[in-house]
Amino acid sequence: MSLEEKIISTFKQKNSKLAEVFNQAFELFEQKGFPTKKNEDWKYTSLKKLLKTDYSLVTEINNNIEAKDVEPFFIGADTYKVVLVDGFYNADLSHVDTDKITISSMQDAIENNAELVEKHFAKVADNNQEMVALNTISFNDGVFVNIPNNVILDKPIEVINIATGVLGDTLIQPRNLIVVGKNADAKLIERHQNISENTILTNSVTEISVGENAYYYHYKIQNDTEVSNLVDNTFVDQNRYSNAYVDTFAFGGNVTRNNLSFLLNGENAVANLDGISLLNKNQHVDNFTFVDHRVPNCDSNELYKGIYDDKSKGVFTGKVMIRKDAQNTKGDQQNNNILLSENAQINAKPQMEIYADDVKAAHGCTIGQLDDDALFFMRQRCIPLKEAKAMLMYAFASEALKNVKVEELKTQINKQIAQKLGVNIEFGV
Amino acid sequence: MLKLKNIKASVEDKDILKGLNLEIKPGEIHAIMGPNGAGKSTLSSVIAGKEKFSVDAGEIEFEGEVINDLAPEERAHKGIFMSFQHPIEIPGVTTTNFVKAAVNAKRVAEGKEELTPGEMLRLIKEKSALLELDRKFLSRSLNEGFSGGEKKRNEIFQMAMLEPKLAILDETDSGLDIDALRIVANGVNMLRSPERSAIVITHYQRLLDYIVPDFVHVLYDGRIVKTGGKELALELEEKGYDWIKEEIDNK
Ligand SMILES: Nc1ncnc2c1ncn2[C@@H]1O[C@H](COP(=O)(O)OP(=O)(O)OP(=O)(O)O)[C@@H](O)[C@H]1O
Ligand SMILES: [Mg+2]
Repeated sequence: MSLEEKIISTFKQKNSKLAEVFNQAFELFEQKGFPTKKNEDWKYTSLKKLLKTDYSLVTEINNNIEAKDVEPFFIGADTYKVVLVDGFYNADLSHVDTDKITISSMQDAIENNAELVEKHFAKVADNNQEMVALNTISFNDGVFVNIPNNVILDKPIEVINIATGVLGDTLIQPRNLIVVGKNADAKLIERHQNISENTILTNSVTEISVGENAYYYHYKIQNDTEVSNLVDNTFVDQNRYSNAYVDTFAFGGNVTRNNLSFLLNGENAVANLDGISLLNKNQHVDNFTFVDHRVPNCDSNELYKGIYDDKSKGVFTGKVMIRKDAQNTKGDQQNNNILLSENAQINAKPQMEIYADDVKAAHGCTIGQLDDDALFFMRQRCIPLKEAKAMLMYAFASEALKNVKVEELKTQINKQIAQKLGVNIEFGV
Repeated sequence: MLKLKNIKASVEDKDILKGLNLEIKPGEIHAIMGPNGAGKSTLSSVIAGKEKFSVDAGEIEFEGEVINDLAPEERAHKGIFMSFQHPIEIPGVTTTNFVKAAVNAKRVAEGKEELTPGEMLRLIKEKSALLELDRKFLSRSLNEGFSGGEKKRNEIFQMAMLEPKLAILDETDSGLDIDALRIVANGVNMLRSPERSAIVITHYQRLLDYIVPDFVHVLYDGRIVKTGGKELALELEEKGYDWIKEEIDNK
């Protein structure tokens, strides 16, 4: 039985509260299956090899994880802590003692927050995308966050997704919903971590609604093990005067595909997308970004930096749609890359579709190497080659850290970069 | 301290140094003058180990050891410092972080402990005051948007931080006003000692009023063609290089 057949037969009978959405997604997935390279949007990332693995599907909660297993993956700051284990919300390991906001399991929210869930669930996420439809029909659980109007959250939320591998190679599909109210301000850090040797494929869907005049920051730390694969589908719906930030830091993992969509539905909203991909060996990271300017007077700013060594491969697609009504749009997109090896690759594609006439849209894409003259200069000043290279790479990439507003997170990211580059340098100090 | 024996060097199949000999003893200061394109900067780069230049013949001996095959950082660790004619800008790395990394890398190579942040700060304060470098510069990206003169002062600041045995100053005086020139010369003179030496490359004898050389050499067409005392610099500035070129070309 193929994975597709297995999923379809396992979830066909699922009695869902969200029957309509479920049925529609089911039909689509049954018809289309997994995306293939024939799909233009998946031209540079093939799931074929990944799908040869016979993944177990998670159907029940596994409670064998202890706090000490999760501890190392937090940033080491005072935060609200959420732990998902194989896609299930784990209340014992989560620490969210506050009554100002709601943080709960998605299952709980479907039961007890039905109104909000109904309003947002599968509304921003595009169920016509195969991987989203797949998640819709087969997710078990996830995290639900509701930040009420006017709440300035006192500390960030950390969401750690643990993959246990207890079922062997596993397909994990968290489904998250984050609702940020009017005038609210919140920050969330999301991380995926496989604590086993087994192959993991995570297909996660996160829907985020950012209310009027709200600020929302979402940081993704993708620094998983070599047998871990991730398809991350994140959709951000922005209302008037809202500011949303999504930062994607891809250092680890095997194959990673980030489908990141911003839907600008309210005027004067600002969308910010930053990313650093720092890859080596056979790693593959595909950042597929989409910004949909639907209304006038919105800005979008996109900065992705990539450094590729060995046989690693990066893909960047910057799709920006500026619709007919979206007058006075400002769109800026920069994608800068460094190739450190002859066998490393980057496919970069800005894709601007502009139907409005009063628009300021700029995009730039560069591919370069480390500057030999700068390296010689640094070595002349006693700095060994490896460290000199690392310093130049950090200098190149760190511009994309500009929206990291949590000090401990920045320190953590700097450490991870140093570790990845194999140097003992305290970056950013 | 430094012995160059019949050095031939090229870049991209173009011969630049064509059999160059030079010996520098501890404590000595040697000035090198010569027309544009003679090979002065190439000589500096060859001593400092820039890999773009290929040393096709001859030996570079530093403190009795042949260093032809050493990496630039290894030479720097041994105490060779070169102030660049055109200092490099490094966006994203602050001057402070850069000198910290440089000083600690040298200390580690020498088997010493890294400086504590407090010690480092004191050292940076002391040396930057010497070069009258504003704190603002220290927290900015290395050389980015610095004026020509500021870049040169930054070079000498780094030299003061690293306290090299052999300093090669490649046109450090070019583009400096007289005040900046005094500051830079002062920075160099502070390091003078019987154990330290310097090569001062310049087009202007003015600098040599402040940094008084023991020898003045003329580099022309990849070779040292004339050597004299400090009065040679005056003569060169007055008469230019044509008389030397004639002397050589007539030989
Ligand atoms: N990277 C290079 N590629 C090709 N030619 C080079 C390179 N670097 C230097 N040269 C050539 O080598 C010769 C010597 O250059 P060098 O910079 O050493 O001269 P210089 O004596 O320092 O001159 P100046 O007084 O103008 O600084 C010149 O003809 C120059 O064009
Ligand atoms: Mg020169």
